[in-house]
Amino acid sequence: MTRIFLAICVVSSFLFSLACVQKGANSTTTSSGDTIKVGVYGDLTGQTSSFGQSTKNGIQLAVDEINAAGGVNGKKIELVVEDDQGRPEQAKTVVSKLVNQDKVVAVLGEVASTNSLAAAPVAQEAKVPMISPSSTNPKVTEVGDYISRVCFIDPFQGSTMAKFAATTLKAKTAAILGDVNSDYSKGLTQFFEEEFTKQGGKVLAKEAYTQSDPDFKGQLTKIRDLKPDVLYIPGYYGQVGIIAKQARELGMEMPLLGGDGWDSPELWKLGGDSLKNSYISNHYSADNPAPEIQNFVKNYKAKFNVVPDSLAALAYDAAKVLADALKRAGGTDSVKLKDAINSTKNFAGVTGTITLDDKRNAVKPAVVLSLDPAGSKFTFKETIYPEGMTPATNTATAANSNTTANAANTTANTASNSAANSTNTANATK
Amino acid sequence: MDTFVQQLINGLTIGSIYALIALGYTMVYGILRLINFAHGDIYMVGAYAGLFLATSLGFAANPSAFGFVVTLVGSMAIAAAMGMAIERFAYRPVRKFSKMTTLITAIGMSLLIEYLFVFFFEGKPRSFPQLLPNDNITLFGNATISTSQILIFVVSMVLMVILQYIIYKTKIGKAMRAVSFNLNSAKLMGINTDFVIAFTFALGSALAAAGGVLTAQYNPKIDPLMGIITGLKAFVAAVLGGIGNIPGAVLGGLLIGAAETMVVGYGSYIGIPSTYRDAVAFAILILVLLLRPAGLLGSNVQEKV
Repeated sequence: MTRIFLAICVVSSFLFSLACVQKGANSTTTSSGDTIKVGVYGDLTGQTSSFGQSTKNGIQLAVDEINAAGGVNGKKIELVVEDDQGRPEQAKTVVSKLVNQDKVVAVLGEVASTNSLAAAPVAQEAKVPMISPSSTNPKVTEVGDYISRVCFIDPFQGSTMAKFAATTLKAKTAAILGDVNSDYSKGLTQFFEEEFTKQGGKVLAKEAYTQSDPDFKGQLTKIRDLKPDVLYIPGYYGQVGIIAKQARELGMEMPLLGGDGWDSPELWKLGGDSLKNSYISNHYSADNPAPEIQNFVKNYKAKFNVVPDSLAALAYDAAKVLADALKRAGGTDSVKLKDAINSTKNFAGVTGTITLDDKRNAVKPAVVLSLDPAGSKFTFKETIYPEGMTPATNTATAANSNTTANAANTTANTASNSAANSTNTANATK
Repeated sequence: MDTFVQQLINGLTIGSIYALIALGYTMVYGILRLINFAHGDIYMVGAYAGLFLATSLGFAANPSAFGFVVTLVGSMAIAAAMGMAIERFAYRPVRKFSKMTTLITAIGMSLLIEYLFVFFFEGKPRSFPQLLPNDNITLFGNATISTSQILIFVVSMVLMVILQYIIYKTKIGKAMRAVSFNLNSAKLMGINTDFVIAFTFALGSALAAAGGVLTAQYNPKIDPLMGIITGLKAFVAAVLGGIGNIPGAVLGGLLIGAAETMVVGYGSYIGIPSTYRDAVAFAILILVLLLRPAGLLGSNVQEKV
């Protein structure tokens, strides 16, 4: 048997390297002195490919807008896109290629925390700034000072859902069904449990699954016996859709709760009507009437013919933050660029005002969305602010904003800065 | 009690799928002494063929029992053709060399199919349309069974009965048994062994494809790598039942399915986390190989020197 497994290892590693070379040949690598090369990596064809596609589209839209407005420092931004197929080891490989072969000035990606964690050390070692649009596990930016993100982190996201469950849904008991191989899922499980217990609730069971499980009824049957008020499923849409379906088949009618990992058009195809009575925490709501959000939704729809999910919005913001930093750094020097990114303050993005804290995480409010399978869409439910950030102080800080004078952003952002925050306030009072 | 019954139903549902796939492993082994590692991927090909048929013939938009049967039979036919093609072009040319050569060819074939599918159809999971209405039937208390689970039981039972009929009541079945007994003697008796082997591959592949379509009805998400773990577990099921033994493959499949669901349901009481469900199948494999290498229903054959 050992020989067989050895053979499997050898053949598969050979195939992976082939795939890598092949994909590399696909991407545009024309180098010239007039462009700033930015690397993008994500899962374009794997288990979570809807995340990668949205991210790529969001970045593409942002870069097209920036280039149409004359680029950054007189140079156009050129994207080098790589597919990691949603595999951590592949993420590491493609980021090595981006920093060593393509010599990109910065890297944007990944969505899944596990993949970001695999690739971040490569970027850190090469001293190439990496901005993750949407990896929420705290460990991602702890890799080093070249790694930052434009989204909130799991302690906040997990506690948001726990607060929502305890206050709005008045849940006393909960069960958690998470993905055992995902850092994202493990983080959310931990922080949900902590906050839910703090709110006086009780977590009755913590079950786990793997992405290759043939069904989830075993775990669900076990949870069903405990009769929890809510079931928290901090996983990705590919499994969540099926879990919701099988839970309802087993007669489990309690609300299902999740995070931004559910946000994909694919979710509706997999879960259908079973997703009724479910809520997720997310980064933004496409329903938000703020003009800069609606402007973004309109432009994205015109280009890609689909309503942007939060991953597209975050990717758009990540690209804009990078462009803003490139401008403030006055060039592509990696130390200056890193410092410029890390000192991003009150940047008005479509997912809210972005300020990076000393751990290079964005501090932003989260929204809770309810799922509407009939219309295949997420509808806005409420906004939850991080501790110490109230709607009022948010408006105050935004009013002092001074970092948004950015050529690329002028059209969408400067006029609507205050509008965005007044909507946030309005949302909170809903 | 109803929870236990529920877990048993859950376990036997996936067990039936393992059994369908295990049959293909065991038949091919019975005849060629070859472990066809590409068999798990045929299961995946069956699911994709079903998706292709269901969408291109319009059954996805208008679900009906007729549509389901056409999809099921059609994908079984496509997979059978593919199984025969693999045998003809990959295994037959190397059959005269050592067993190890064929085995490595099988591993290569498996990887080739997987990554060709990733290349042409992308690695992303696809949702499979619901071809039959899915309802829940309450048995008693909390124990429920969904129509897609009943479908899996009924269709796999019917297919296994048909298989028994083919093997024990038809001429080709007799030829298969003869080839399985001794390939060279069968050849001397005037049996067209190449045809019998191709037929065996077709039969096994059709059963795996049926498993693929049935799983896709139950768990409507398919991707090019879905056959790896399921295929390996079906292989373990075949070894557990006694490789080469047809009733053994069915028994092994049901046992593996039930065992892994019981681990999820009750493992935590004896300190085994629910995520060890995959490990259970392989732990069983090791135990079988150590304690009863011939499997539960297999007979110990003395190798003559």
